[in-house]
Amino acid sequence: MIPAAFDYRRAGSADDAFAQLQKLGGDARVLAGGQSLIPAMRFRLARPSVLVDINGVAELDYITMNGALTLGAIARDSAVERASWIGERGWSLIHDVSRVVADPVVRQMGTVVGSLCHNDPSGDWPAVALAARAEMVVRGKDGQRTVPIDQFLVDSFTTAVQEGEMALAVRFPAPDDRTAGSYQKVERKVGDYATAAAAVQVSLNADGTVRGAGIALSSAGPCAVRVTDAEALLKGQTPTADLIRAAGEAAAKQSDPQADLRGSVEYKKNLAGVLVSRGLRQALARLGVQS
Amino acid sequence: MSTDTTIKGSLGVPMKRKEDPRFIQGKGNYVDDLSFPGMLYMALVRSPYPHAEIAGIDISEAMKVPGVVAVITGKDLEAAGLGWLPTFHGLDKQMVLAIGKVLFQYQEVAAVFAESRGAAADGAEAVQVDYNPLPVVADPFTSKKDEVLLRPDREAKTNHIYHWEVGDRDRTDQALQASEKRIRQRMWFPRCHPAPLEPCGCVAQFDKMGRLHFHVTSQAPHVYRTAVSLVTGIPEDKIHVISPDIGGGFGNKVPVYPGYVCAIVGALKIGRPVKWIESRTENLTSTGFARDYHMDVEIGAKADGTVTALKVSTTADHGAFDAAADPSKYPAGMFGIVTGSYTFPTAHAEVDAFFTNKAPGGIAYRCSFRVTEASFAIERGMDILADELGMDPVELRRKNFVKKEQFPFPSVLGFTYDSGDYHKTLEVALEKIGYQALLKEQAEKRAKGELMGIGISTFTEVVGAGPSKHFDILGIKMFDSAEIRIHPTGSGIVRTGAKSQGQGHETTWAQIVAEELGLDPQNILVEEGDTDTAPYGLGTYASRSTPTAGAALAMAARRVRERARKIAAHLLEVGEGDVEWKDYKFQVKGVPAKSVTMKEVAFAAYTNMGQNEPGLEATQYYDPPNMTFPHGAYIAVVDVDRDTGEVKVRRFLAVDDCGTIINPMIVEGQVHGGLTEGFAIAFMQEIQYDKDGNNLNTNFTDYLVPTSLETPHWETAHTVTPSPHHPIGAKGVGESPNVGSPAAFVNAVVDALSPLGVRHIEMPVTRDKVWRAIRDAEAKKGQS
Amino acid sequence: MKVSIKVNGVQYEKDVEPRTLLAYFLREDCGLTGTHVGCDTSSCGCCVVVMDGDRAVKACTMFAAQADGHEILTVEGLAQGGALHPLQQAFWDQHGLQCGYCTPGMLMTSYALLKHKPNPSDGEIREELAGNLCRCTGYNNIVKAVRQAAETLQAAPATK
Repeated sequence: MIPAAFDYRRAGSADDAFAQLQKLGGDARVLAGGQSLIPAMRFRLARPSVLVDINGVAELDYITMNGALTLGAIARDSAVERASWIGERGWSLIHDVSRVVADPVVRQMGTVVGSLCHNDPSGDWPAVALAARAEMVVRGKDGQRTVPIDQFLVDSFTTAVQEGEMALAVRFPAPDDRTAGSYQKVERKVGDYATAAAAVQVSLNADGTVRGAGIALSSAGPCAVRVTDAEALLKGQTPTADLIRAAGEAAAKQSDPQADLRGSVEYKKNLAGVLVSRGLRQALARLGVQS
Repeated sequence: MSTDTTIKGSLGVPMKRKEDPRFIQGKGNYVDDLSFPGMLYMALVRSPYPHAEIAGIDISEAMKVPGVVAVITGKDLEAAGLGWLPTFHGLDKQMVLAIGKVLFQYQEVAAVFAESRGAAADGAEAVQVDYNPLPVVADPFTSKKDEVLLRPDREAKTNHIYHWEVGDRDRTDQALQASEKRIRQRMWFPRCHPAPLEPCGCVAQFDKMGRLHFHVTSQAPHVYRTAVSLVTGIPEDKIHVISPDIGGGFGNKVPVYPGYVCAIVGALKIGRPVKWIESRTENLTSTGFARDYHMDVEIGAKADGTVTALKVSTTADHGAFDAAADPSKYPAGMFGIVTGSYTFPTAHAEVDAFFTNKAPGGIAYRCSFRVTEASFAIERGMDILADELGMDPVELRRKNFVKKEQFPFPSVLGFTYDSGDYHKTLEVALEKIGYQALLKEQAEKRAKGELMGIGISTFTEVVGAGPSKHFDILGIKMFDSAEIRIHPTGSGIVRTGAKSQGQGHETTWAQIVAEELGLDPQNILVEEGDTDTAPYGLGTYASRSTPTAGAALAMAARRVRERARKIAAHLLEVGEGDVEWKDYKFQVKGVPAKSVTMKEVAFAAYTNMGQNEPGLEATQYYDPPNMTFPHGAYIAVVDVDRDTGEVKVRRFLAVDDCGTIINPMIVEGQVHGGLTEGFAIAFMQEIQYDKDGNNLNTNFTDYLVPTSLETPHWETAHTVTPSPHHPIGAKGVGESPNVGSPAAFVNAVVDALSPLGVRHIEMPVTRDKVWRAIRDAEAKKGQS
Repeated sequence: MKVSIKVNGVQYEKDVEPRTLLAYFLREDCGLTGTHVGCDTSSCGCCVVVMDGDRAVKACTMFAAQADGHEILTVEGLAQGGALHPLQQAFWDQHGLQCGYCTPGMLMTSYALLKHKPNPSDGEIREELAGNLCRCTGYNNIVKAVRQAAETLQAAPATK
């Protein structure tokens, strides 16, 4: 299947890309990894009249670890998967997700920022970014701004990036040494979207109580879902089997999925609970806490 | 004379494949690789509606699209007398392009011809079709009511296509009523699709003299030639069908599809070559699906487990046209194999088929025409019976197996099973998998509340279509053929009427000929798929190549050998009666030192033939006297996750008996592949339609093909019971693993859940279904 | 638009529509038909080629324009000087293919895999090949083939 015809512009720099988007307005789309956009174009579900290709913009192809972890607009999933720091406990949530996004070949082109901008309710990165309390760097007419992820993810396939704007990076705050995470995904096969998935990030106080927890679900609503009830339940508590079960139940309750080929509503709600509980147990185990 | 002692046997040798060097270097020759000067691309306009009147088609905008050369519609074809295609078993016909109305979503409505792929797609998008939606019939049970007549073009004003039955209904009903134990289960074998990785496609090209060269992804090129001639009226000598390398078929590339006819018509009308390559969506939504059988299975038995009767009543969904690529004389193909490996004293099977607003098909996806459905019914049914009796399913099978000494075994539904040793094959499987240890482990796990299952399937297949008493396509009997020419230097060329799509004929055919003639298989070239050169044959599907073309080949080789014997006698200066074929050479009886090799004879056939006919070649057509009946014992071991419904296939062992093995490496590969397809069918594949007739599995994101990560590691073993009527005793193996494995997988899952009281789960066994079965069973237990 | 792409060491300069997918550029503009197309959703991996030495990409989910100025290795470029690449040899030896349609993609994904993980376990091979579908082999023999190639390449790194 062949996309509808379009004009192609190769951006030489981030400034150039931004200038072109400003000039072209709503007809233009940024081409980053293209792993969702190009199939959509082949089915003619997407038919931008101009693509602004940022793949050649070296200044957007970076992963920096400077306290926070910052991924440039064309940092690939595979680059994250292979990064040297990925084995560190604090980044275990990122480590987990980097191995289950799409499939290994798609990850060679697919980008983290692109995935967040696509904001597919069944995508992996939106839930992870929510759980990890990431923020997005967006360039607009008035210069760069930082958007907390909760505000960035507006609705299905809709973000805070406005016409003519572009997302430059995603920033994950630095985890301390008492933080670990887990990403739990059930998919029908590799390459499928999640039937349900849970992103969990837990930070403990020195006394073993929970200082803070980030919990979010994919495929649980029109947009990735932050499970605020579970986060609140955990805060300040000592994690026990009962508490973890309760957090799972809160997730199941807050999950609001649609029935589709991947499963029924009740099954997906059940999975949301099971996966949050599993994620919590794994994150805690990574912190040396058996629960 | 000969001092050559190096000639070795070629049969049963795991010879590396001769076709591989081109595939591993990207030098394969698939249809989409072809290009001709002036070639146009064709794209099809397809219906978004499952059932609608076509009020009008406006092609004017499409004709304005840059690069678009022509557009044709059903009206154009009808005017040319090409509106309809015959289906292969002759029970129905199919629209080429919609005439008056559309009957399924994605039905072909118009064909656009353009200078490039992109322009063709742009043109197809620009064709305006005005539809008036009609009420949709999305399942055969609604269809049965005849409230909406789907096919007013047919003489019979009903959606009922046919009733077929076999066996003794009254006796079976009586036996069921009289039986001490009786089970009844509705089982649905869902609609699935072969989905070869290479989609279907063709290039139609008329040469300067007006002869059609039709390059096409066909599993049966000669049948296509005849069918194209019958449909278009082009004399058959003016048609040259070439089926080049084929990227998998699995039954999908047996039928003739509307796109092919359109491409030929376009090439003829425009006078330029036309290429049509379908997209994955087109492949999944409009080309031959498989199965879609709703089966009511009843088994009667004595209290000790001896089976007394089998009855299977099936409602079949054939979609908008009965385009089943079923070459048997029976509308439900070989479904009569449903008594399986067991000695039922009486049985009855019936199938009623209906039209619905779904894609046409009913092809044999890696299956001999409904054998997979039948095997699933009996193997699932036997497990349900074992559960009812409280008996080990292994014990129940052993008790009812056809015994070795009963072969040739006349089944109560009319087959004569050629050979087999079911007890032995099962014992090999049980021992290899460590059945007793698994039972012990399972008992321990059950005590802890863990869900582990062991599933058995001991199927009997019927393959090798087929004897002319059972089969024809458009009247053509289902023989096959082989031609061998041995060159002066002892190499040769072999052609058959079969057509490999990955089965490795270039290797196995060479091995058969080399074995029969004492030649080097490396120097036996195998050529298939070109109707100008190959002898007429019916193609490759239904595990028929080895039983038919393979048999013809062995017999042709023996003809060559008989001609060679005369020349050998001349060379050895003895009478023909004094020459014997021994150790892959001709030698004077009792005088091993006096011998000549086939290579020497071949040279003499062209240089020093004496009074004998020059040359060394033979052709053989072969109408098999019977089908062959491979069998197997498969065991699956699964662990089920209560919380998520996830099923992990921990082990899977397939013990197959396909008779004599030509190349064990290739046989093992076929088994691995078939098991993977069976695994996919059991756990993840289904072509679903919603109640409005919309197809929900239109590409690989929703029609799931398992990857290396989901696919279990396969274990295989073999027993060998040669077919008594096949020249080398081979039976065919390609589809056994697909036929036999789904029941093993489902039996294993149900076994895992049986402590909860679960008796059956429909395929595909998704996590959701397993989780709900557990939840419902536990809720039920809680109440009681 | 004009693109200039080095494929298997040969520079191709072509005028293409922006919507030309890399897979069709290779097949139809360069005549390298070893790269196949089996789906429209980047699911099957029949089209995998290697970009810039070690990156396996799905050539049906990338425009030729994106490869402008880059180097592409296709299945046709694996064999060197008439000698099969160890991966090709291993797929042949281990019966890692049947119909051959997925084989080029499998080979190219494996090629990139071995660049990143020269000595993968069976489990890692299964994980890394999960973006490539095969309908014929059931993957057992493909895994064996990649392992054989890894061993060969490790024993004689010069043949890389």
